[in-house]
Amino acid sequence: MIKSWFQSGSPWIWINAAGVSASLIMVISVIGLLAYRGGGYFWPSEVFQFSYADEDNGLQTIIGERVNTSVTPAAIAKVAGYKMAEDEDYLVRYLIKTGNRDITGSDFRWIQSRNIKKEQTPTDLVAIERREWGHFYGRLKAIKKNGDLLAEGAKAWSVSQDKLSEALDLFAQIRKIEKEDIGAINYGLERLRLREKRLKLEKRWDPAAERQLAEKRAQLDADFQQYQASLSELYQKIRRDSLVAETDSGHEVEIPLAKIVRIYKPNEMDFFQQMAFYFDKVHEFIADDPREANTEGGIFPAIFGTIMMVLIMSVIVTPFGVVAAVYLREYAKQGFIIRLVRVAVNNLAGVPSIVYGVFGLGFFVYIVGGNIDKLFFPEASPAPVFGTPGLLWSSITLALLTLPVVIVSTEEGLSRIPRSIREGSMALGATKFETLWLTVLPMASPAMMTGLILAVARAAGEVAALMLVGVVKMAPTLPLDGNFPFLHLDRKFMHLGFHIYDVGFQSPNVEAARPLVYATSFLLVVVIVGLNLSAIIIRNRLREKYRALEES
Amino acid sequence: MTTPQARTHAIDMNAVLLHRRATLKEENQICIKVENLDLYYGQKQALHNVSMDIPKRKVTAYIGPSGCGKSTLLRCINRMNDLIDNVATTGKILLDGTNIYDKSVNVAALRRRVGMVFQKPNPFPKSIYENVAYGLRIQGVRDKRILDETVENALKGAALWDEMKDRLNDNALGISGGQQQRLVIARAIAIEPEVLLLDEPASALDPISTLKIEELINELKEKYTIVIVTHNMQQAARVSDYTAFMYMGELIEIGSTSELFTNPKKKQTEDYITGRYG
Repeated sequence: MIKSWFQSGSPWIWINAAGVSASLIMVISVIGLLAYRGGGYFWPSEVFQFSYADEDNGLQTIIGERVNTSVTPAAIAKVAGYKMAEDEDYLVRYLIKTGNRDITGSDFRWIQSRNIKKEQTPTDLVAIERREWGHFYGRLKAIKKNGDLLAEGAKAWSVSQDKLSEALDLFAQIRKIEKEDIGAINYGLERLRLREKRLKLEKRWDPAAERQLAEKRAQLDADFQQYQASLSELYQKIRRDSLVAETDSGHEVEIPLAKIVRIYKPNEMDFFQQMAFYFDKVHEFIADDPREANTEGGIFPAIFGTIMMVLIMSVIVTPFGVVAAVYLREYAKQGFIIRLVRVAVNNLAGVPSIVYGVFGLGFFVYIVGGNIDKLFFPEASPAPVFGTPGLLWSSITLALLTLPVVIVSTEEGLSRIPRSIREGSMALGATKFETLWLTVLPMASPAMMTGLILAVARAAGEVAALMLVGVVKMAPTLPLDGNFPFLHLDRKFMHLGFHIYDVGFQSPNVEAARPLVYATSFLLVVVIVGLNLSAIIIRNRLREKYRALEES
Repeated sequence: MTTPQARTHAIDMNAVLLHRRATLKEENQICIKVENLDLYYGQKQALHNVSMDIPKRKVTAYIGPSGCGKSTLLRCINRMNDLIDNVATTGKILLDGTNIYDKSVNVAALRRRVGMVFQKPNPFPKSIYENVAYGLRIQGVRDKRILDETVENALKGAALWDEMKDRLNDNALGISGGQQQRLVIARAIAIEPEVLLLDEPASALDPISTLKIEELINELKEKYTIVIVTHNMQQAARVSDYTAFMYMGELIEIGSTSELFTNPKKKQTEDYITGRYG
């Protein structure tokens, strides 16, 4: 009976199916966990008001979000120093995000559930997201204008919303002027400075050049003065308003509206307001710059940097890989040396990425980049231009890292093109090159795309090598902007993978950053899947075009 | 580059010339002369001292059992064997008096003069139009009118125009095997070669497609010298003017088809055509 069951092959099928299921479950649970933990972060959670009394402090009020719950068995809690009553089996503690770091010195606090006398969710509690010092939780008291009372009590809430949207508008204007306009002027001034230095180095510095440069500089300075004037006006406006709020311990705090991102009453929101809030937060996360040492705000520069780096890498690795594969497969005489080369290429794929990072730093950055600086940018010295980690070197290093994958799959593709097709082309008087270019390479293009897909998947998630050759925690400017030459390959950039590491492990505020780690990881997976999907769609189009190849 | 008008004119002149030649009865002009050809695959000798004459604008068939070297010999005529590693050839093949194995010969140019059709249809994964235009594109022809005209003529020449004229932009891999094989023939004649080598062109096809190919061969011999390898002796008898019987890499006998089949001179030939072996 059992024997015949084994002979029927069913166990084999079951094992196969189990293998597939296990892989599927793992993938789904990884993505599910990331999506749940990361996605939940943006939902406006309830704000509680606890009446709390512990042994040391007597009765106090605590306002905050409940972030986490920990249940400890009594025996362990006793060892840890908690006084446990005889009838208590567990010690239940809550992690409360109390915010107000400027007053209490910390954002989070553990409280014991047995000490909670009363738990309420009053609708008048406000949560304020600030540009500095994290969240504020408490009650809104008044709105002030230039120190004079503008609104008080119940009216303060609606006035605060109006005033805040004004302030946010002003803030956006200020940021635009500071980052884009004044940024462009600074960039221009720097270029002029380098030009002057270069002319002097080349001994072409004469009164004409001096006059020309001075003219341009004066123009930029005039622009700057103008921007400066409008800036100070804006600053005056935005500093006018402030709000007064009361913390759980009864402190009154005055917060300038310029420092506030949003004010909301989480306990009062209905479902649709919560949804709107959620999508607003998600949008901020995807489209904004980070704040507060990367623990708040968005991660747009990291998304942008990752995609940019992967695209540049693809542009570099594809032609190199294809050319190398064509030589190995089509032109080289198949023999011992070519076998050796192939083994070497395959082994290259197994080299740890940090080793590539070290190589990239030592060779590309210091040797190649250093010499480029000496030859082409002598005016910038001692400040390096290309002789320092940057986007270009990161892309090239990763191109080197992923080269074997492209070579191997292109070779695979070339070897699958039937001999009859090549002969058909040659028989019409095509040379080997024409045959390759017109027939064989287009037919092998799906295989090249497969290689590229694998390369992109590997490169997008790579962190170790990048830490040495160009990724930074916080890049002030994107590698692509409106200043000539628009694409700045010498700039350092931010990367999602490194951002996860930085936020998760280098952050001053670990508890606050944890949900961001999940959210960023989820986004990284989404970016990789997105890049891969687009490559897969292109490949399938190509495959469809050369479909019959597989049939015959 | 010639203008389209000039080109049409040239084709007309060609036809006139062909006609005149036919009327002059230059019957037994030699097109290809094979002299003492030996061929080795590595250590193994595949052709032994083959010599033969292939007449112009006739169909010459190679017959013989599998592995006798008939395909190998055919592939020597346009140096297709160069593409295989470890092949060594000695001897001469003269095409219009020039040894094609001479060092100065441009192989690509040779193959433009000696077209080839393979056993299995091998259209490129491109449109029908692009398949036929491929040879011209390689020669650098960009003029749309010349391309259109040549594609039409070639497809007509391969008796495929009526079936294909409305679907020239369809992928060539979507048509039937028989049509594919005729498309490949059209592709070969689009560059107007002098010689057409057919390597078992009908062996992968159904009987009706085979019949069409045979009819086509009959029409094509008006313009081209054709050498065909076939497994099928009836086919050789039907389509060819001359037949060569090969065995174990040697040319046993060559003669006019009617004579070889009715009155073979060698015992081996007789055994083969009467089905005693092979």
